[in-house]
Amino acid sequence: MAEMNLVMLVIFAIFINNVLFSRFLGTCPYLGVSKQISTAMGMGAAVIFVITLAAAITWPIQKLVLDPLDMGYLQTITFILIIAALVQFVEIVMKKTVPGLYQALGIYLPLITTNCAVLGVAIININEKLSYVQALVFSAASAVGFTLALLLFAGIRERLALRRIPRDFAGVPIGLVVAGLLAMAFMGFAGLKF
Amino acid sequence: MSAWSEFSKGIWTQNPVLRLLLGLCPPLAVTTSAKDAVGMGLSAAFVLVMSNLVVSLLRRTIPDRVRLPAYIVIIACFVTIVDMVLKAYVTDLHKSLGLFIPLIVVNCIILGRAEAFASKNPPVLSMLDGLGMGLGNTLALLAVGTVREILGNGTFFGLPVLSSVMEPVLLFVLPPGAFLTLGFLIAGMNRLERRHAHG
Repeated sequence: MAEMNLVMLVIFAIFINNVLFSRFLGTCPYLGVSKQISTAMGMGAAVIFVITLAAAITWPIQKLVLDPLDMGYLQTITFILIIAALVQFVEIVMKKTVPGLYQALGIYLPLITTNCAVLGVAIININEKLSYVQALVFSAASAVGFTLALLLFAGIRERLALRRIPRDFAGVPIGLVVAGLLAMAFMGFAGLKF
Repeated sequence: MSAWSEFSKGIWTQNPVLRLLLGLCPPLAVTTSAKDAVGMGLSAAFVLVMSNLVVSLLRRTIPDRVRLPAYIVIIACFVTIVDMVLKAYVTDLHKSLGLFIPLIVVNCIILGRAEAFASKNPPVLSMLDGLGMGLGNTLALLAVGTVREILGNGTFFGLPVLSSVMEPVLLFVLPPGAFLTLGFLIAGMNRLERRHAHG
């Protein structure tokens, strides 16, 4: 991944290696909040914002603090604390400065701390040895991929609500089956050659 | 009686994955083989038992306002221990679980049990609760892993089982197979539960 140029990285993160359909990160919010397109948009926007910001902070921390001190084993604890603090911080700042946006995203922000996509992408940035710019682009693109998945599913779900579904499949099981079909569709992108 | 029910509820009636629908990422991501699934399940179970124990011991000490960050730090400590132990002793398992070991931290089953059970109950009961939930999670992972490995690869724990019956269906070890398998398993659980409720 580190040898890709930025455009390739974006396409790779959104379509070929979609954070939800091929890496399985963020399944809980995917099944939980994607009942309507409008809430999916809200969650998606919050996730794009937090994932990019988290990458912007965790990357320097890893390279400038953990690596020089040879404390890579503290990565998990450090990153999750940074993310938890970051989410709190973003919430407070947004409440004071952009109340409109806060109203729209408010309820989704606390949920993001336990969205494994945030921590997952931050760790992938380090594991794949991405440069700082690559890490930022990859994180934002991954979050866009997540939002795309959320929107696709929300659109399907609004229609599913009007259909008769076998009783045992109602709710999460049919959601997983739909995700399976969407993942099959996304596998089509795997053949893309650059 | 009550100790037994705290332990056993996690395995069937309140199975975290198949009934409570918590922590659905690992059952999708690390179940391409039964071996990975069990490795993941036991790692998460260890973290669950230990974090439940520590949260329960500290339940009167941790101030209410900062309890969630405190729980996350406790969980992250045990996850780091698991990460280092796996890396030292079972390197190939560590490699195939990869990213999903650090991600045990954000598994909602573990934080959920700390908040819903361990913060209100004594240490021994909390450990039993963690053990039951951990084993229930492991069984769910094993169920998904078994279906995917047999159908997708024709093997079970690495031993060939399908060789003469049918060709393996590659789709099941690919991502779509994970979603489909878990969806059908949860639907199957719903059906069993509904039959049970009707007598």
